[in-house]
Amino acid sequence: MKKARKNLLVAFVVVLSVFILFVNAYAKEPYKIGALFAVTGAASFLGEPEKNTAIMLQEQINKAGGINGHPLEIIIEDTKSDETQAVLSVKKLLERDKVLVIIGPSTTGESMALVPIMNNAKTPLISCAAGAPITKPVKERYWIFKTPQYDLSAVEAIYTYMKKKGINKVGIITISTGFGDAGRKALHEMAPKFGITIVADEKYGPKDSDMTTQLTKIKASGAQAVINWSVGPGQVIVTKNWNALKMGIPLYQSHGWGSKKNIELAGKAAEGVIAPLGRLVVWDKLTDKHPQKALLKKYTQDYEAKYKSSPGTFGGHAYDSIMMIAEALKKVGPDKKKIRDYIETKIQKWPGTGGIFNISSGDHCGLDKDAFEMVVVKNGDWEILK
Amino acid sequence: MLTVFLQFLFSGLTVGAVYALVGIGFNIIYNATSIINLAQGEFVVIGGLLMWFFTESLKLPFLLSAVLTILSAGLIGLFMERLTINPLKSTDLLLMIMITIAVSIVLRGILMFNFGKDPYVYPPFTEGEPLSIYGAIIQQQTLWVIGITGLCIILLFLFFKKTIVGKAMLACAVNPTAAKLVGINVSRMVMLSFILSAIVGAIGGMAITPISLMEYDKGPMLAVKGFCAAIMGGLGSNRGAVIGGFIIGILESMTAGYIHSGLKDAVALVILLLILFFKPAGIFVSKTMLQLRKF
Repeated sequence: MKKARKNLLVAFVVVLSVFILFVNAYAKEPYKIGALFAVTGAASFLGEPEKNTAIMLQEQINKAGGINGHPLEIIIEDTKSDETQAVLSVKKLLERDKVLVIIGPSTTGESMALVPIMNNAKTPLISCAAGAPITKPVKERYWIFKTPQYDLSAVEAIYTYMKKKGINKVGIITISTGFGDAGRKALHEMAPKFGITIVADEKYGPKDSDMTTQLTKIKASGAQAVINWSVGPGQVIVTKNWNALKMGIPLYQSHGWGSKKNIELAGKAAEGVIAPLGRLVVWDKLTDKHPQKALLKKYTQDYEAKYKSSPGTFGGHAYDSIMMIAEALKKVGPDKKKIRDYIETKIQKWPGTGGIFNISSGDHCGLDKDAFEMVVVKNGDWEILK
Repeated sequence: MLTVFLQFLFSGLTVGAVYALVGIGFNIIYNATSIINLAQGEFVVIGGLLMWFFTESLKLPFLLSAVLTILSAGLIGLFMERLTINPLKSTDLLLMIMITIAVSIVLRGILMFNFGKDPYVYPPFTEGEPLSIYGAIIQQQTLWVIGITGLCIILLFLFFKKTIVGKAMLACAVNPTAAKLVGINVSRMVMLSFILSAIVGAIGGMAITPISLMEYDKGPMLAVKGFCAAIMGGLGSNRGAVIGGFIIGILESMTAGYIHSGLKDAVALVILLLILFFKPAGIFVSKTMLQLRKF
């Protein structure tokens, strides 16, 4: 009996002290941010690192005392890579959780589905998907921003480099998914501006196991280079086929190539593959003076220490979104309109993982081809091309 | 011109061999039970991923890994039959086919949790430069895939035609009641067919992973294409499944090569439909056989 009372007393003291601790640390009410990520489903390779990044940043920010003393609360919803689910989840975040800002979703399709809802709700959204229509035309995207680079910028980076190398005729091979189609469109759109002719235009499915046929056609078309636009196993198989065929022309990949895993999977076949990559994957090759270096180093090392895997470009998109919002909240407080205005006007020469952002009323992404470095695979590692 | 044509052909053979192996897997279970096992694609994935696990993760020697993979796949086939098909004691084929779909979803989930969503690969069986024939290249691993497919067909042919067990399995499919009356243990034969078909699927997966990589959700696509191969050749006929697989593979490759790569799946399916219009039972099965079918 006595012992029980003593236990009760101890428990009471513990509860009380925890309570006091919390009251002290979180005297102010939390700032709520909603996050929509494709944690499961077809686009889970995007949503997974984004979710991890959000959880990690929330911890870091709150450990450092929150935002002006307010703890940051990121409410994460899984969209299951599905547009309908994204719409349902965003309504829950807006109506039930009353969030100030939305981060995500992970894919272009989901983001597009949310555009009208965000405009009605007058709530800012920072998408983690790349498609140009998410933020264009800007007039109809008053509340919408995005952090990933445009596909067009990646194409520009490739074409600029090709012109330097004297390449005028290219064969393109794209995967038949949203990512591949967007890339294919961008490749066609930009080609005339650079005086480049697309002499072969091939496709393959996301689960195809051999692309030798398409590459053989490209070789026969007289192309001076191959550009593959895909994410997932397809880009590794194309690399292996390209190597086996000894095509004698260089292989360029999209910015989807930026994962060490691809080099591991393709092995020796990956040697010489060129791609425009965000600086996140090559941060250790940057000079110390580069404005992105310090934050890339910290983010990558923190992430690797916590999750035992690399964040990849995609985790970085969530990082940029959250940091922009955290900064805006710190400066203007919990006001949706002011947060929007802050992001539109004050994110200037702002180093993030995706590049150096210059958001303006004419461009709600703020990145151009300078966000990319042309990177070649050499001895199983990346090497930045000058 | 010849070089290009040969290259398209080799590419078609590579893809076709895979379809053929999956098609045979369908036939084995179909021949013993009249069930169409839609988890067949997952057996292929299991083969590839387990082989990776044994060779790359546990660093076991190649042959030991192969044996372990085959044994594990056989066990999975056994459990699948004993835990889902056998307790049912039903003769409703449609119901059993639905169950195989459920099993395929469960297997995919388990694979995702254990292997994640990344693709996996390990070195080909024999290292070395691809062979060049009239300027067209063919990877050594492709020859392995085709060779293994051929070996599987011969062994299965001998098994079904020359051994008592094989003949007993065939008898179960034709008439389970009669088979029971002559003293065949039907339940055991059904179990055996699942084990066998899991093994054939896994062998296919082991052989194709160095070429096409393997990830947890490759199964459904393989199952669809393998099923088309089996249907084209005539369900139940292994020779048919092999020829059907190669026809579809080569057609896809030739369409991609000479027409457009965006159309390859469509053209292959249209040809499949045409064949079924004129020969509803498939190329190698006669009309009379079709009438004997339950499904």
